[in-house]
Amino acid sequence: MSTLPVLKPADFASDQDVRWCPGCGDYSILAQMKKVLPELGFPREKTVFISGIGCSSRFPYYMNTYGMHSIHGRAPAFATGLKTTRPELMVWVITGDGDALSIGGNHFIHALRRNLDINIVLFNNRIYGLTKGQYSPTSVEGQVTKSTPMGSIDHPLSPLSVALAAEATFVARSIDAHVKHLGETLKRAASHKGASLVEVYQNCNVFNDGAMAYAQERKQRADNVVELEHGKPLVFANGTKGIRLVGTHLEIVNTSEVPADDLLIHDEKDPNPSIHMMMARMSYPAMPEPIGVLRAVEGIPTYDDQINDQVATATEAKGAGDLDALFSSGDTWTVE
Amino acid sequence: MASLKTSKDVQSVSGITVRLAGDSGDGMQLLGTQLTNTSALAGNDVATFPDFPAEIRAPRGTRAGVSGFQVQFASEEIFTPGDTLDALVVMNPAAMVTNLDDLRHGGILIANEDGFNEKEFKLAKVESNPLDANVLEETYRIIKVPMTKLTREAVSEFGLGTKVADRCKNFFAMGLVYWLFGRSLDPTLRFIQAKFSKKPDIAAANEAALRAGWAFGETTEAFGESYQVEAAELKPGTYRNIMGNQALAWGLIAASKVSNKDLFYGTYPITPASDILHELTKYKHFGVKTFQAEDEIAAVCSTIGAAFGGSMAVTASSGPGIALKAEGMGLGMILELPMIIINVQRGGPSTGLPTKTEQSDLLQGMYGRNGEAPLPVLAPRSPADCFDIAVEAWRLAVECMVPVMILSDGYIANGSEPCKIPTMSGINPINISHPEGTEDSAPFMPYGRNEHLARPWAIPGTPGLMHRVGGLEKEDGSGNVSYDPANHQHMTNMRAAKVAKIADRIPKQDISGPATGDVLVVSWGGTYGACHTAASRCRADGHSVSHAHLRYLNPMPSNIGELLRSFKKVIVAELNSGQLRLLLRAEYLVDCIGVNKVQGKPFTVTELVSAIEQQSDAAKGDSRLKAS
Ligand SMILES: Cc1ncc(C[n+]2csc(CCOP(=O)(O)OP(=O)(O)O)c2C)c(N)n1
Ligand code: SF4
Ligand SMILES: [Mg+2]
Repeated sequence: MSTLPVLKPADFASDQDVRWCPGCGDYSILAQMKKVLPELGFPREKTVFISGIGCSSRFPYYMNTYGMHSIHGRAPAFATGLKTTRPELMVWVITGDGDALSIGGNHFIHALRRNLDINIVLFNNRIYGLTKGQYSPTSVEGQVTKSTPMGSIDHPLSPLSVALAAEATFVARSIDAHVKHLGETLKRAASHKGASLVEVYQNCNVFNDGAMAYAQERKQRADNVVELEHGKPLVFANGTKGIRLVGTHLEIVNTSEVPADDLLIHDEKDPNPSIHMMMARMSYPAMPEPIGVLRAVEGIPTYDDQINDQVATATEAKGAGDLDALFSSGDTWTVE
Repeated sequence: MASLKTSKDVQSVSGITVRLAGDSGDGMQLLGTQLTNTSALAGNDVATFPDFPAEIRAPRGTRAGVSGFQVQFASEEIFTPGDTLDALVVMNPAAMVTNLDDLRHGGILIANEDGFNEKEFKLAKVESNPLDANVLEETYRIIKVPMTKLTREAVSEFGLGTKVADRCKNFFAMGLVYWLFGRSLDPTLRFIQAKFSKKPDIAAANEAALRAGWAFGETTEAFGESYQVEAAELKPGTYRNIMGNQALAWGLIAASKVSNKDLFYGTYPITPASDILHELTKYKHFGVKTFQAEDEIAAVCSTIGAAFGGSMAVTASSGPGIALKAEGMGLGMILELPMIIINVQRGGPSTGLPTKTEQSDLLQGMYGRNGEAPLPVLAPRSPADCFDIAVEAWRLAVECMVPVMILSDGYIANGSEPCKIPTMSGINPINISHPEGTEDSAPFMPYGRNEHLARPWAIPGTPGLMHRVGGLEKEDGSGNVSYDPANHQHMTNMRAAKVAKIADRIPKQDISGPATGDVLVVSWGGTYGACHTAASRCRADGHSVSHAHLRYLNPMPSNIGELLRSFKKVIVAELNSGQLRLLLRAEYLVDCIGVNKVQGKPFTVTELVSAIEQQSDAAKGDSRLKAS
């Protein structure tokens, strides 16, 4: 048995110059991806990145793997064709908030609900970067952008809520600046069998600088973010505050004032997404926002396995198809 | 089963055109398919034209709800389902008033008398019983049959409810039609046994109704004789009847086998393309994967994904879905990946006439993408030809690394014809090679090119050939993103030349009739049969007429210009307002006269004959002018 060569992050860098704006959060995600992939020990040539259109979607050009920079919003659909026909490949989808949730909302939902074994990384900068600063489906209400001079009147969409509504089997969130957490989260997504969604808060320092500073900046993060850990209570603010489930809603409590087992214990494996959905709906400033793995349900059949299983089952039952026999099946007649 | 034999007189005729018309729920399509198969098995040449409303259960009894099936069967080679009807079977007044105009004078009208009552008159919006009209008796041979009553009697012993019993009346009608045209009941009896194997009482009732219909013909005084159409002189071989969409599906699987590829089919349901999906999904044991996507955009994108992975990837739709695929097709083109995109055309624009036929997506197929994005375009000429076109499309796609578009249409898709059964050994293999690489091979050139200007098809999983493709303009050779003006010009020219060069490798355009003369009829797609028949008829009548039918629309065969210039008049007949004519005039600077029809219906031979005669006379007039 041959052993795989040990690869370094640099082995995953393509020869193309990276062209994001200096200071863009995309750099950090690229760096973490290059760091994590060698750790997975998966062959480069069996790794494929498929993206849509947007600043974020330039990502595949910078990876020394197979890649496709496709069209706006449709990356999950390309991935579906590739993964169902080549299930042995590790397929990543790279997308943005506009790409995945505006033009590509349909494909995003369907790839997740089919549980196709792919990893979707959604770079959420709450803005359209590439088209120079229009509001996006995740922009907050009232946000003033080039296309909303009087403030956005759209109600924003949470990618996590959408994914949970589609009963995605792996749903997580991380932050560009929280590099260690980001690397760990990407790694977990990669090892999940089934569709994985990782939303990454990504700073667009040109068109939406600091929009998520409450979570990105180390100093503010502790108070505004809950780092989820399976089997552990939801606490934040350096352990001084926690989250409690009361009836059908979540509330903030001071940990000093309630017994420890009153706090909500995170169960990422719960097949019922209801509590995961409550967590996904926690939003700043009323609530701290959860990061980490909200949901990781294993053992659900994947779309690519099932489509291939049907081919195998049919072949086993009927034998490999014989076209000549098919052509002369049914009523035929012979002219002498 | 011994075949029943009539004791009445039998008159031999060379061909019959029948239309069966009734309410959508009356089972006319089933009746038509059975008559077609039975006639094909009897050795006749057959051509069919099913015509049904877009609504699944259109309001019962109304004109809009009428469903019809026309079939011509003949003892000679035929190419169309016939213009005027020799016989018309109608199950209700709506079917009668909407179809009677097509019945020839002296033709036979068989009416289900029980379907003609006050309630039905109201639904069909007729004032009085159309069967009572005075002119009828003089113009047609009318045979009124109380089919509902006779069917109920025939099936009474099975104790079925009236509703279920009445559903057997299409088999009664079938039995009568079979008697009238000397058809054997056996194939349909076999069909009934197979179809209703789990419901023996229904099977028995349908069989009883079929036999009762036959017996009615034999005993009624209304018919003095029946008609017999002898077997046609087809070339020796084993035949079957095949429908267009079925032939397309089989051709795709055959192409996948001769190229050693598994077939991936990504699609979204739409009339009249859905039957390709229904057919292909039955053949998973042939390595076929079908993916019913969330929309046509996902369908084409999944197809591109599968092509990137090295599969034989195909997507299909009809006009509205093809419009949605436009951006994806452009990407497929610039990625230079092989795949097949099928448009089974229907009446347009927009949702248009979903169940009717038209050829109005030619320009969409040629140009319906942003930027300059030429694709090869092929069009089958008949149901059986769909098989060959599918194989040819895949051959060109892999040879040139380009998506190939097939333009079929509703008429071909749902129509059927007898065809010689293809054999796998009769199909040339399609050789595909994917480049191999190693970790330390020289830098890979994903957009390097061979003699056909095709780039290598390197697939994920191959060590050493990692590369990125995308929709941004790329540098020739390296495939790296490039904004260089000269490179963009070069790549645009290259992609066009790659498609244009196909003309050097495809057969020259053949024509039926002499190579020069007065009139050349040019056609493409499903109008082949009507144009061929019309041109032959005019030639037989002494006109100087030839016919060229294009299967390759982009690029066109290299001798087209020369052909067009060899005739005094060029007629371009198509079911649109002149799209091929536009292309021919633009490309070859030859004047072309359009014969166009956009009614959701195929051409009749008669209307084409008169158009040809007119141009033939004009051509003669021209030459007299020149001579004087
Ligand atoms: C069909 C189509 N419509 C519009 C565009 C223009 N466009 C390119 S990227 C983009 C928005 C990208 O936003 P997002 O997905 O958030 O990516 P980001 O640039 O912020 O990373 C738009 C509207 C396009 N390329 N294609
Ligand atoms: S515009 Fe924003 S998202 Fe795009 S590269 Fe620049 S900083 Fe990054
Ligand atoms: Mg964005």
